[in-house]
Amino acid sequence: MSFFDSFFQQLINGLVLGSFYALVALGYTMVFGVIKLLNFAHGDFYMAGAFVGFGALSLVSGALGAGWMGIFVAMLLAMMAIGCLGVVIERIAYHPMLNAPRLSILITALAVSLVLQNAALALTGGQYTAFSTDIGFGGFEVGNLFISHNQIILVATAAVLMIALELGVSRTMYGRAMRAVSIDKDMCRMMGINVAGVIAVTFFIGSSLAAAAGTMAGAYYGSIWYFMGFLIGLKAFTAAVIGGIGSIPGAMLGGLILGLLESFGTNIEFIGSEWKDVFTFAILILVLVFKPTGLLGKSEVERM
Amino acid sequence: MATDEARRPTPFERLYAYLDAPNRRHTVHVIIILLLIVTPFIANQYTTVILTNALLYVVLCLGLNIVVGYAGLLDLGYAAFFAVGAYTIGILTQQFGVNFWLAIPFAIVAAAVAGVVIGAPTLRLRSDYLAIVTLGFGEIVRFTARNLEITGGASGLFAIPEPSLFGWRIDSASDFFYVFAVLAVLAYIASQRLYHSRLGRAWLYVRHDEDAAEAMGIDRVRTKLSAYIIGAIFGAMGGIFFSVNLGAISPESFSFEQSVMILLAVVLGGMGKIPGVILGAFIIVLGPELLRDLDSLRLLVFAVLLLLIMLFRPSGIWPDKRS
Repeated sequence: MSFFDSFFQQLINGLVLGSFYALVALGYTMVFGVIKLLNFAHGDFYMAGAFVGFGALSLVSGALGAGWMGIFVAMLLAMMAIGCLGVVIERIAYHPMLNAPRLSILITALAVSLVLQNAALALTGGQYTAFSTDIGFGGFEVGNLFISHNQIILVATAAVLMIALELGVSRTMYGRAMRAVSIDKDMCRMMGINVAGVIAVTFFIGSSLAAAAGTMAGAYYGSIWYFMGFLIGLKAFTAAVIGGIGSIPGAMLGGLILGLLESFGTNIEFIGSEWKDVFTFAILILVLVFKPTGLLGKSEVERM
Repeated sequence: MATDEARRPTPFERLYAYLDAPNRRHTVHVIIILLLIVTPFIANQYTTVILTNALLYVVLCLGLNIVVGYAGLLDLGYAAFFAVGAYTIGILTQQFGVNFWLAIPFAIVAAAVAGVVIGAPTLRLRSDYLAIVTLGFGEIVRFTARNLEITGGASGLFAIPEPSLFGWRIDSASDFFYVFAVLAVLAYIASQRLYHSRLGRAWLYVRHDEDAAEAMGIDRVRTKLSAYIIGAIFGAMGGIFFSVNLGAISPESFSFEQSVMILLAVVLGGMGKIPGVILGAFIIVLGPELLRDLDSLRLLVFAVLLLLIMLFRPSGIWPDKRS
């Protein structure tokens, strides 16, 4: 493979990885926007989404097959289920803590994450579950370059979801309300906006995007396990910070940048793939030191 | 809380008030010291080892309590400092043949440096950032330990020599029980002194209202950083003696789960309250021993417990009055 081919191959891998990061990062950034909470459990919504998607796929595969058609339906079901899970968790765990000290709500979020992880551990026995599908390995060959159909479908689905979200947030009434709530909750209440409802919708959308990413990642990589949300949660957070936390286009951009950085960075000789995760955290710390507001974030530095 | 005056104190509150009374405190101290001295004589080997582990947790929890309870900073990678202490000792004594007692200062300096490296850039930011950066840092330390040759890779370091003090070889279970008892008592005294010090009051102030504290002339970043460094040193002290007690360390001893357990003990006992934190440490170590059958569900039980505490009793079982 020439340098040129290898460059494009890494570009494609980076885009696929980046789509997953971006979808998960969106949930972080949206929840942060409305209630200023880092939802540690967000990565576990991705994990739960993968498991629900897997279960849903085995239900619908009889009628629709286990190809992309079936996976899409399973993905939509997983999005609904995890969206509702997100709303329920917000109601039970986060809502009573909104006026408590920040430390309390952070620890609560951590507790929710541990509960989800260990519930999945108890249910699956900690084994990898094979996410078997019929999506095949077909693809195009362009010169020495190989692009699989799956990669195209994944990136396209992620793009459609993100465009729909962007349109929803910028054009609809709920989107406007969401942006208003992220600026000033008290003022929103005075203007007659149902703040609790907006928070619930935000949680629903954020969690369902994570579930979409989880189902697609399960189908793409072929196996799922209870701990899969931990690392991607951290990485998606990094992506959200790179893009500027609270900014929706920022989360998309940050996800893609992180995916590409990882894909290229770990293919340089001196950073072996065993250092991949250290590499990501190093980026996170560097961004926080030199540009804590991220690429597209607001310039005010919030203190707490 | 205003409602507290109106109702009768619960039996627990009466017990805490009884134990907390300044004139009784010395009696309580003496009883605890006597218990620590006689335990290895009356307990069997197994119980002694478990209690030694509980005392190690007391040191770690008191250290994390300075960061979380006193200064109000959420640290999710506390096991990293524990690891830095343990690995520094492991590398220096086992690979370079340095005397154990001479290696201790190096381990402490290494932990303090790690505290500054991770704290200095992030303490200026929101506390949420600190939480997630510490989480990332904890993972970096573990990955690094697993990938480097000097740390023994995934299998870790073993045959770490046992220390001796003036010709007395510290090697039996009861020897290590006494070592950790001394360490826990020192950690207790240091925590107590810090709580009542000028710095302790500065932490309280920063925790409650950072901007007001800064307006009163308290250097926000320096105050937080000092909490972070002191917490790191406590963690390293735990790690130093942990490594020679077991004689072997591996990256998995310092996982995220370890950090979470230490945090859970602090939150359970009562953030900022020294006796509460000690109680929490004992519950976290002894609880699973009593519930052996639950092994696979152990973490789930603890996770649900943590969630319930945060929702219904966020100040822990022995709350700190000052907060």
